[in-house]
Amino acid sequence: MIDIVQLAAFNAAYAHTIDSDALEQWPDFFTADCHYRITHIENEQQGLPAGIVYADSRAMLEDRIAALREANIFERQRYRHLIGMPMVESASADAAQAQTPFVVVRIMATGQSDVFATGVYRDRFVKVDGQLRLAERVAVCDSTVTDTLLVIPL
Amino acid sequence: MQEHTIRWPGEGLTRIPYALYSDAATAEQEQARIFRGNVWNFLCLDAEIAEPGSYRTTFAGATPVVVVRDADDEIYAFENRCAHRGALIALEKSGKAETFQCVYHAWSYNRQGDLTGVAFEKGVKGQGGMPPGFCKEEHGPRKLRIAVFCGLVFGSFSDDVPDIEDYLGPEICARIQRVLHKPVEVIGRFTQALPNNWKLYVENVKDSYHASLLHMFFTTFEINRLSQKGGVIVDASGGHHVSFSMIDPAAADSSYKDQAIRADNDRYRLKDPSLLAGFKEHDDGITLQILSVFPGFVLQQIQNCLAVRQVLPKGIESAELNWTYFGYADDTPEQRKVRLKQHNLVGPAGFISMEDGAVGGFVQRGIAGAAEMEAVVEMGGDHAGSSEGRATETSVRGFWKAYRHHMGA
Repeated sequence: MIDIVQLAAFNAAYAHTIDSDALEQWPDFFTADCHYRITHIENEQQGLPAGIVYADSRAMLEDRIAALREANIFERQRYRHLIGMPMVESASADAAQAQTPFVVVRIMATGQSDVFATGVYRDRFVKVDGQLRLAERVAVCDSTVTDTLLVIPL
Repeated sequence: MQEHTIRWPGEGLTRIPYALYSDAATAEQEQARIFRGNVWNFLCLDAEIAEPGSYRTTFAGATPVVVVRDADDEIYAFENRCAHRGALIALEKSGKAETFQCVYHAWSYNRQGDLTGVAFEKGVKGQGGMPPGFCKEEHGPRKLRIAVFCGLVFGSFSDDVPDIEDYLGPEICARIQRVLHKPVEVIGRFTQALPNNWKLYVENVKDSYHASLLHMFFTTFEINRLSQKGGVIVDASGGHHVSFSMIDPAAADSSYKDQAIRADNDRYRLKDPSLLAGFKEHDDGITLQILSVFPGFVLQQIQNCLAVRQVLPKGIESAELNWTYFGYADDTPEQRKVRLKQHNLVGPAGFISMEDGAVGGFVQRGIAGAAEMEAVVEMGGDHAGSSEGRATETSVRGFWKAYRHHMGA
């Protein structure tokens, strides 16, 4: 049975991976045919399917990180994720569904720290070879506005 | 009218005073002379207010606007400002309304922006009320003229602005029709807060010179740009432009196959090239068309990735970029999926557009101590007309040509 502690531990490792710039490991939290999307609450309420990031494979997440490292131009910045307690909607031995709130503070090279995003992860977890993986993570932001640009994943 | 305070170095368009991006008096004049002047401001898509009573709130520059469809199926727009004390009339971004009522003192308006009701107009129990001479017809928010072209809803505060087709000119009209030739459906909306004056973003859109230099996604992943056939069209006013490029279909086939073969053994190849797997929807072979309408509208076709963008000033040194992603109403589910994936290219996290959200801020911060100095906009010479190559700043100069015309500068 997947329990709340396992999900919370998963999310803690997920946050640490992004916030410590181990971004090459970030796709490993997902299944090969995962869905990952960043959107906001108004699109969700209106049933609008687009995301500012829209991936339907782990390979697309790897491409995101490769682009961040090799192609995209942006000022040096990092995130601090605070991920709340998962609200478990359903759980079995090999699958779970949960909603978990997050706050992401963006720290710029200049030292400026701002709340960059808050919202809820709408998650579907599965066990793959005994390991918890995200089959789906939709980051539903509370604000419709993204400041400047989003390059590091939420 | 107050004298313009920024000194232009001459009649030419190749030197742009940096003070234009930070001067409060200039920003104030832009609101009156441009956004409330002889221009058409993009307000929304026709498809976003499809039914009688459907409305959206938006802005013409800084001025808040309500745009709404009435029972006669016509679209109306009026300032989102109660005629009483100036409060916003409509607070939501969109909705459906029979009438509009200001929350402050319950003055009410019909969908055409006419003041129809004043609470306690006759007073209460014989006390108070408006003077007998008060005439509701003489009060109301300012109304905008409306023009709908290919499903794009434009509004103007000016009675003198030319009809929309004359305003756009035949070449721009044709390029809008090329993309908006059948009903569209919105598939998402996103707003990007830009840390810079609105003009820096509009210039960026028109700047075909920067594209392959700042945006390294295509080159890094060696996504074959194939033949770079294309060009820049600038209309007679200078204010509108189209930048386009096309691929040679014969060359495309072998190159993409070649790329797929190498994809697995090269680090800098997309691991999932389905991101860019598109379908042909234009016979002219144009795979990229960026079109702008003065002052702050953009229509974008990048392969199958379609969007409109609305640039709005938010104070002097910040702006808002509203992205509306759309597909066609008759898209198959497969086509819709292609668009959703290709939208990774654009928007606030777009592989080939995210940098545009930051680079205006780099300029804004860079020019902080240089108000008396000027930008150099001389790539491709000093003219502001159409051009075959894209290593030019001709459409940036076109923007300033239109800007100086409207500003009287």
